[in-house]
Amino acid sequence: MARRSWISQAACIAWKDLHIEGRSREVLYTMGFMAALVVLVFSFAFISGQETTVGPDAVAGILWVAVLFSGTVALSRTFDRERESEAIRSLLLSPVPRSAIYAGKLVATAAIMFLVELLLAPLLAALFSAGIMPHVLWLGLLLLLGTIGFCSVGVIFSAALLRARSRDALLGALLFPIVIPVLLAASRATAYLLDPTAPDLDPALFWTRFLAALDVVFVVVGLWSFEPVVMGE
Amino acid sequence: MNDRVLRLVNVGKTFGRHRALADVSLAFVPGRVAAVLGPNGAGKSTLLGLLSTLSQPSQGRITLGDEELSRHSPIRASIGYVGHEPGVYGDLSARQNLRLFASLYGLANAERCIDEMLARVGLEGVRSEAAARTFSRGMLQRLALARALLHAPEILLFDEPGAALDPAGAAWLAGELQREREAGRLVVLVTHDLAAAAAIATHVVVLRRGRVARDQTRASFSADELRAIYEEATRGKA
Repeated sequence: MARRSWISQAACIAWKDLHIEGRSREVLYTMGFMAALVVLVFSFAFISGQETTVGPDAVAGILWVAVLFSGTVALSRTFDRERESEAIRSLLLSPVPRSAIYAGKLVATAAIMFLVELLLAPLLAALFSAGIMPHVLWLGLLLLLGTIGFCSVGVIFSAALLRARSRDALLGALLFPIVIPVLLAASRATAYLLDPTAPDLDPALFWTRFLAALDVVFVVVGLWSFEPVVMGE
Repeated sequence: MNDRVLRLVNVGKTFGRHRALADVSLAFVPGRVAAVLGPNGAGKSTLLGLLSTLSQPSQGRITLGDEELSRHSPIRASIGYVGHEPGVYGDLSARQNLRLFASLYGLANAERCIDEMLARVGLEGVRSEAAARTFSRGMLQRLALARALLHAPEILLFDEPGAALDPAGAAWLAGELQREREAGRLVVLVTHDLAAAAAIATHVVVLRRGRVARDQTRASFSADELRAIYEEATRGKA
């Protein structure tokens, strides 16, 4: 047996999840539906007639609320395929470092979420006349960083709740308080980016850096804590 | 084939205040099928969890030859496990499942190994794109065995593998276990099916309330002998 590198093993796990999702598109459709629903409900409340009364702060909030709820749907399904038929046991018995399993799961879940967000942002721009184009790449980076931060914690809780009966209810209750700093940084940075009257983008840069630092902390903690969590001891 | 003995020395396992196993000392030898028997709650699956490294003993040591079994030991790659659930991905085809595990185990000549394994378990004729979730129970168990054998493990652990199989499937599985035994593999089988165990076991361990009530090795056991051993060992069960 040739020992494979940590990265190739993580990539193998991620590829497996993305391949399965590519076939079924279950999570993608459910997430997309949930995200669109959240945005539409906000649009019913904020848009009356021809007039849009929503400022950049509110648009940023709507975007991240949609990400939060649709992302929770994705995270609640992260280990579903491992739970079915006890595939998790086969995975844990394989000589793959558990941190590589975590990394693979994180990459796959974040990729699926990010794909939905790429469709969500134009919908938001169209409904709320939000100016996403001037800083579109920066906004994309923010979405990516926010998604990584959210998923890095979410994958851990999803693994911890692998065999819990009311895991769907518990996931949100456990996850939301922990990811508040991620959501705070992401929504503040997004609000500054979407504001055409903002005098400069220094605050957006500050919050983007803060978000990147949070990501590093959460991913490192996730890599370190995944094994004891998933082994249940 | 390796000839290392899998040894448990005064092994205990507790979950909170519940003692699942206590003072278990056993030796499993390659080339034998060890049948682990016992009533529900006797600690059979806990024992298998410890042998598979997915769980750690609260007391005692488990060694394979000179190496200690632990969560991080490379021995994990030498274990094949078949449970009552197949442990495969229902959304992937048989070949994709095996390809995934071949890749995780870093197998050289993976495609050749997969072809051989699919042929061995009789799944070579299955539609290549058919997802495993469309398989019958018997086919899933064949795929589970193929997955467990793919990396040529030194130790094979079975947790009631024939629980949901029809008589033909159970007979096929018994034949495969026999074949592994003859190949010199170390096989540990947890089962409630005394007749199935009698057909292949050369080593019988009966657990009762987390302790070894009987540990006996013979060239073969008849079903009646095994039943008598089991009943004597578990007599007085609450």
